[in-house]
Amino acid sequence: MAEKTVEYAVGRHPEMGVDGRAAASPLQPFDVPEPSLGGDHMLVNIGPQHPATHGVLRLVAELDGETVVNVTPHIGFLHSSFEKLGEFRTWNQVVPLTDRMDYLAPLIYNCAYVMGVEKLMGIEVTERCKVVRLILMEMDRIFGHLLWLGTTAIDVGAFTPFLYTFQERERIYKLHEALTGARITTSATRVGGMMADLPEGWTDSLLEFLDTFPETLEEVHRLLTNNGIHIGRTQGVGVISGEEALNHGLTGPNLRASGVEYDVRKDQPYYDYETYDFEVPVGTWGDCYDRYLVRMEEMNQSVQILRQALDRLPDGPINVDDPSISLPSKTDAMNDMESMIHHFKLITDGIPAPEAGDCYFPVEGSKGELGMYLVARKGSTKPVRWRIRPPSFVNLSVLPKLAQGHMVSDLIMINASLDIVLGEIDR
Amino acid sequence: MSEPERNEPEDGPQGEASAGLDALDEGPRPSDPEPDEPGLPEADPDAHPTVRALLDTFEDAVVRHETVSGDQHVVYLDPERNREILRWLHDEPEHAYKLLVDVTGVDLGDGAPLQVVYQLFSLDHARALRVKCLLPLDALEIDSVVPIWAAADWLEREVYDLFGITFRDHPDLRRILMPQDYAEGHPLRKDFPLRGRFSRAEQTRRALAQDVDRFYMPSERAIGREPQEVHFPDPNAPDEPESGPGADA
Repeated sequence: MAEKTVEYAVGRHPEMGVDGRAAASPLQPFDVPEPSLGGDHMLVNIGPQHPATHGVLRLVAELDGETVVNVTPHIGFLHSSFEKLGEFRTWNQVVPLTDRMDYLAPLIYNCAYVMGVEKLMGIEVTERCKVVRLILMEMDRIFGHLLWLGTTAIDVGAFTPFLYTFQERERIYKLHEALTGARITTSATRVGGMMADLPEGWTDSLLEFLDTFPETLEEVHRLLTNNGIHIGRTQGVGVISGEEALNHGLTGPNLRASGVEYDVRKDQPYYDYETYDFEVPVGTWGDCYDRYLVRMEEMNQSVQILRQALDRLPDGPINVDDPSISLPSKTDAMNDMESMIHHFKLITDGIPAPEAGDCYFPVEGSKGELGMYLVARKGSTKPVRWRIRPPSFVNLSVLPKLAQGHMVSDLIMINASLDIVLGEIDR
Repeated sequence: MSEPERNEPEDGPQGEASAGLDALDEGPRPSDPEPDEPGLPEADPDAHPTVRALLDTFEDAVVRHETVSGDQHVVYLDPERNREILRWLHDEPEHAYKLLVDVTGVDLGDGAPLQVVYQLFSLDHARALRVKCLLPLDALEIDSVVPIWAAADWLEREVYDLFGITFRDHPDLRRILMPQDYAEGHPLRKDFPLRGRFSRAEQTRRALAQDVDRFYMPSERAIGREPQEVHFPDPNAPDEPESGPGADA
């Protein structure tokens, strides 16, 4: 005992006195007198700058002890008036605004917007373009779910899945970069086609991702699905019945976790989704655990869809063959006068809408039903009104109902399980 | 601040009519000032079973019916009876529009009535329907549909915030995206300049003059109270038998 003393690396302060009593040290626990509440409720402000709110969301919670009596989400901190800005931009100039809304799955928003415009104008895109967009959207569904998975696991104290999922996300980032030159702000689509066709070897990289990704997903499954802590934190927390979920307008995995089988890809199919072989996973209990399981399975289904889409990816042009919609090739625009004029006219004037009308076009985003509602006059080159039907916005509105009666720590888990993105909530 | 003139034709994306700093002040003007073309022709009501049933049941309240973008059906309703008819669409098992997808507003500008747009979807019948109510600019009030669909809560608040349409009987009609004390109006109206109505200096002055009341609702202020002072014990002080939890409460 006299010769060798055990050194404690943790829990001891360097300025520790000989009697084991710490000098003024923040590391040492000591008894903190609790303020007396006298039975009053307490008001706790969470956010807007708080990692557990997944963005600049502010929650004002009324607590009885540690139980949430009521919680009020305050949003708008990221309001960028995208819808108003869109009214001052030509149809194609709106595309960069769309990926800034959901920066966790930007390609879905790029695609959804131009699909809405094409529906409004009656433009039929090429077969190759359809399959390419479908591939991009399914890839970003995985991309969005992976971020959700990693950050939500952190919220219940599991750090490792975050490292796994972000490693896989990095590979999709690289695919984004190879295709568009940007990792997040992709702006990959144009009315009537794409900014560019898939680069050489891109599909091989995607196939390589599809080969190894399910293995990582399986590893995360092993880390979380039967993990006692994870189960304890998620099962029976934030329960909502299917009927209530529908009445509250929930869509996407949040609605399906409550047992309602509504998926835009199945119920209002676009881009031949009805010809792909995939299943829509639904939950039973409508709690955080079911929302987790539904998203995990959706990633598996997306992998299947991606494989089928890569198999049937046809050759051919990616842009529609219509000079009033598609730009000439860059080589032509730089080398002959007519193409240059064509390019100039299309960029400065924009694409005129053939007739007045409005159009609502829903797609299944990673967060839920993402709809683009567009209003145009005859010949207008800008939207008269551009409205995004925001899935996260509607999903978040149910948070007070879900959180009432739970603990504060469950409030964090419930908020995370809804999979929100503030860029799109605040627009 | 001068408001942009709505009928002034715009020459192109550059907006050449006002020069230099004036144009900055005014902000971009509304797009597409073309005169309104005659409305779309009435569509065939038999193409959509719900439209047929609506015409049979509420003949006098269905103002018109259009088909747009190929296959999308739009029904214009009398705004005085919106809740009654929407409740019927929700409850009737033949239609069962259990999902209220979206509520939004549309301002076409030039004094045209504001539109309140309801986007409905029926899961049982895999059928979508768009319902519109037109509100003249001097009577921007309509019944809230929150009693039918809870989803309308935030969506109607957003329409109120950005268009200034009041929803009667809404449980909590406050601004949602803009600050509660936002004084410049309703941003998605066509007469609202893109940069806002106040000068940048005035906007900055207001931002700096915020106080805590701005961040809490009155009901929240009633719960919260002044933080209580908590005295931490000095760990260096010699042990005293009296010191312990609750000593200063």
